[in-house]
Formats: sequence, structure tokens, C-alpha cells
Amino acid sequence: MTQTILKTHDLSIRFGGVTAVDHVNIEASENELIGLIGPNGAGKTTLFNLLTGVYRPTEGDVALFDGQKLGIVNQQSPAKRARLGIARTFQNIRLFESRTVLENVMIAMNSHTRAHTWDAILRLPSFYKHEATLKNEARQLLSIFDMLGVQDTLATNLPYGQQRRLEIVRALATKPKILFLDEPAAGMNPQETADLTRLIKQVQQEFKMTIILIEHDMNLVMAVSERLYVLEYGKLLASGTPAEIQQNADVIRAYLGENDT
Amino acid sequence: MDQTHIKYTLSWAAMAAMGFVLIFMAQMVGLIGHYGVTTIVLIGINVIAALGLNLVVGISGQFSLGHAGFMAIGAYATALIMGVLPGVMGFIVGMVTGIAVSGIVALIVGIPTLRLRGDYLAIATLGFAEIIRIVIMNLKITNGPAGIFGIAPFVSWQLVYILAVITLIIVVNFVRSMPGRAIIAVRDNEIAAESLGINTTKYKVIAFVLGALFAAMAGSLRASFIQSIAPKDYAFMQSIMILIIIVIGGIGSMSGTVITAIALGILDTLLQNFGSLRMVIYSVILIVVMLIRPQGIFGSRELSLKKWLFDGGDGHDTDHTENA
Repeated sequence: MTQTILKTHDLSIRFGGVTAVDHVNIEASENELIGLIGPNGAGKTTLFNLLTGVYRPTEGDVALFDGQKLGIVNQQSPAKRARLGIARTFQNIRLFESRTVLENVMIAMNSHTRAHTWDAILRLPSFYKHEATLKNEARQLLSIFDMLGVQDTLATNLPYGQQRRLEIVRALATKPKILFLDEPAAGMNPQETADLTRLIKQVQQEFKMTIILIEHDMNLVMAVSERLYVLEYGKLLASGTPAEIQQNADVIRAYLGENDT
Repeated sequence: MDQTHIKYTLSWAAMAAMGFVLIFMAQMVGLIGHYGVTTIVLIGINVIAALGLNLVVGISGQFSLGHAGFMAIGAYATALIMGVLPGVMGFIVGMVTGIAVSGIVALIVGIPTLRLRGDYLAIATLGFAEIIRIVIMNLKITNGPAGIFGIAPFVSWQLVYILAVITLIIVVNFVRSMPGRAIIAVRDNEIAAESLGINTTKYKVIAFVLGALFAAMAGSLRASFIQSIAPKDYAFMQSIMILIIIVIGGIGSMSGTVITAIALGILDTLLQNFGSLRMVIYSVILIVVMLIRPQGIFGSRELSLKKWLFDGGDGHDTDHTENA
């Protein structure tokens, strides 16, 4: 039996006169890989921002499973939702650029380890021990994604593909239950996209988590998604398996039909 | 733990002790007179205040122009308490009270204002410092614009040296720990930091409060050293003087801050003989440094003892130059 881990009910947000997300009902189960597609400006990233807490909904609810039941988290900040098990990457990469790759991952681990400020200031043995444990964990995670070789490189000096990869590793370091990927393949060449496709499948299988993915690269999204949601003008247009969506007349019209997008 | 850490800590301690002994010897043989000691103390006080401000501006990325306000709180708390409670006890209680009050005020001011960014925060903190100054100027207990005179002197260069070293240790160790990394993360990318579960407001406030604590300590030391305080000592220019130290040293670089505080202190003393030309020469030097190295002398880098001691290489040390 699979457990529902995220659910929205008539989720809407209006910016002035524009309804960017309009009564959207979606749900995701444990260990499911969901694709979210739609033409530019359909409200995909806005929906992500509603789910991760960057925006508060004008109407409707976001509910997350906290281990026992689904609880409404409309008013909770992104930081609080992160602690409930939500992690994300960004459409325009947001790394801690002045820090090394290793430190970027260690910072993400902050959220689930207790800070011992006094131990750190007095440099007690427990501080070194704790730092060493943290570093080890971070290195293990980096090694899974073949990034151990660049652990001491400043994040800003990484090549583009690696920066995207680091963002995913950093998100995983918070040990999330749901991972939101916002256009992870944007700006990648075919080789990098192929690597990414493998990476996403690997994450889902090895870390046993729900992944929700916004992507314009149809090869990627059709290859990895188990289920798809299609948005258009803020409304949910269709949902189903990749095969169903490819046959769906509304979706074909939205993508290829009259408006030529 | 492991040997490297112990060796590293011991070498730092040795450096700090060496600087201390050097100043002591120089004073014994008459190399540093009364005037030199004054310079050393003022440098030490600036080091403490500037390290605090660098934590706020450099590490947490919050542009604060209100440092003088917190220095004033420390100074006046010390002076007022020493008025009622004489002796060294009065000084100690005064300093601790000043630091505590400053921390509480920083918390109250910080929580609403740290939501602001960049220029807006600068103006808000500037306004706060002015409010403190005007309140002090108009209160009876603080003796208005005339200020307080005859504060008992308990500040020696030894005390300032030790406190400056302790401040440096606290600040550096704090920055290189988990809360320190979280603060840097918030500075580098607030939205990403928040998405990872970091409470951004909390960490900004922590840095701001810590900065205020050190400012108050510096203010308190200065009150007892100069033996008189007046509201005009804590005007806008005081905040700017401290800001200049960290900007020239390199925003975010603690070793840069220490070395710049020392260099500017010495420069200031040397220029005393030039009378009114002093500020002109001082400004020209600032402009030249900013033209040649706009990122500050050290940028955001630190002098690393580890590199020199354990990987070989040459160079002078940071902590030794601390107060010398």
C-alpha cells in the first residue's frame, strides 16, 4: 500500500488580477516520481513555490504527511517545511558560491543536526568529533554522486552541469521525504541530460523518496516520470501516465495546437 | 583529538603570548612611552569593535551603520555604574551590564530591522544609533551634551590585549562552526538557505547581537581608559571609523580587520604632528587603498597559520601583530 505524502485542495494564488495557480488538486505518494509539465508561464514554478512555502496560498490548502497524518501547512515557512522533509532545487541555480562543495553539503546538514555553539567557540574535543562526523557524512554523499574529487572547489568555480548536480546533492543532505526539482536539465547539453536522467532514477531508487520534477525536456520527463500533471494558464489540464499524456488531445493542443508554443 | 589541532592551538597561544611579551619588553626598555601605550590601547579597542562589526557586515552580510550606538550603550552603562559602585568591582559590573544591555537592545532592534536589506538596513541602523545618542544627550542621568567626567581608570594595555585576543578567538571559532556556516549561507543565498531549513532571521539576529556585545565591550573599555565620555564621541563618524577598518582590511576577513586596525592606529599616531593636514593625508591614503584594492587588503581571505606552520612557507603571523 502506498501512502499519500502530499496533497493539495483547490490550491490557488492570485497576484493582483492574475490567477497564477487556479484551484489545483494534485497528490503524490511515497517513492513516486511525478513530472509537472506545461507551456512557459503555466504556473509550474509558482506551484512549486506554494508547495515549498515561498508563497502562501490565496485560497485552498497544502497538506503534508508528517509521519502520522496529513497536516495543513499553508502558513509554514520554507524553513519549517524543510524540516518536515521537503527539499528543492532552483530553476536558476542557488548555491552558496563563496563556499566549497563540501561546505555546501555540510550547511545543508545543519538543519538536522544540533548546533553546539559553545563547543565550537571553546574548540572542545566534542566539536572536532562532531565536525569529523559531519564531514564524513558529507563526503559519503558526494562520493555517491562522483563529486568527491571536487569537494574543495568553490561552488562558483564548478562547471554548470556539476553545479546542478551539487544542488541536488545539497538538497539530499537534508534527508528529505519529497524532493522538488525545478528544471534540472535547463541549459544542459545532451550528454549532461543523459547523466541527469540516470541520476534522478538513482536518487529515487537509492534514497526511497518522492520526487516531483518540472521539466521542459520531454525525453527526460517521459523517461523518468511514473505519472504526469499538465498545467496550462494556472489550471490543471490533465494527469496520467506518460503514455496517456502523450495521447491526450488537450495536451497536444496546448503544446502543439493553435498557440504554437 | 588529533595532534594537528593541538599543535595548531598551541602555536596560536604561543603567538599571542609572544606579542604580549614583546610589548612588555618594549615598554620596559623604554621603546614605548606613555604615548605608545595609549596608541596600543586604542588599537586594541578598535580591534574589538571592528571584529564585532565584521561579524555583522562581513560574515552575515547585514550592512549596519549603528555600531557607535552599541558602543555608547557599553560606555554609558560602565560610567553610570562606576559612579555608584566604586573600585574595580564597579568597572567589572559596569562592563558586564553594558554588554548585557547592548545585547538586549540589539535583539529588540534586530528582529524588526533585519528583515530590511542593504541600504534600508543601513539607514535603519543609522537611525537607531542617532536615537541612542539623542536620548543620552537629553537625559539628566547621563549629564546631557557635557557627558560624564572623572571615570576611574582601570584599563591597562594588558587587559585590552587579553580581551582583544579573546574576541578574536571567539569570532574566528564562531565563524568556523555550524552556526557560523549557517550565517554565511544566509549571506550567500538567503532563499537557498531557507529552503534547507535554516531559520534565516534567527541567524541574522545572532550575528547582529554578537556584534553588539563586542561593540559594548569596546565602548566600556574606552570609557574607563579615556576617563570621560560625551554623546559626540558616539556620533555617526564613530560608526564610520570602525566601518573603514573592516572595509580596508577586507570585508569578512578577520585577520584583515586586525592588521588594518593596527596600521590605521599607528598611522593616526604618526600623523598627529601634521595638525590639520592629518585628516587630508588620512583620506588620501584611504582613497588610494580603495583604488588599488577595492575588495580590501585581504579581500575575504584569512591569514592561515596552518598553511605556514604545517605546509612550510614564510611570512609574519597575525596574532603577533595583534597589538604590537
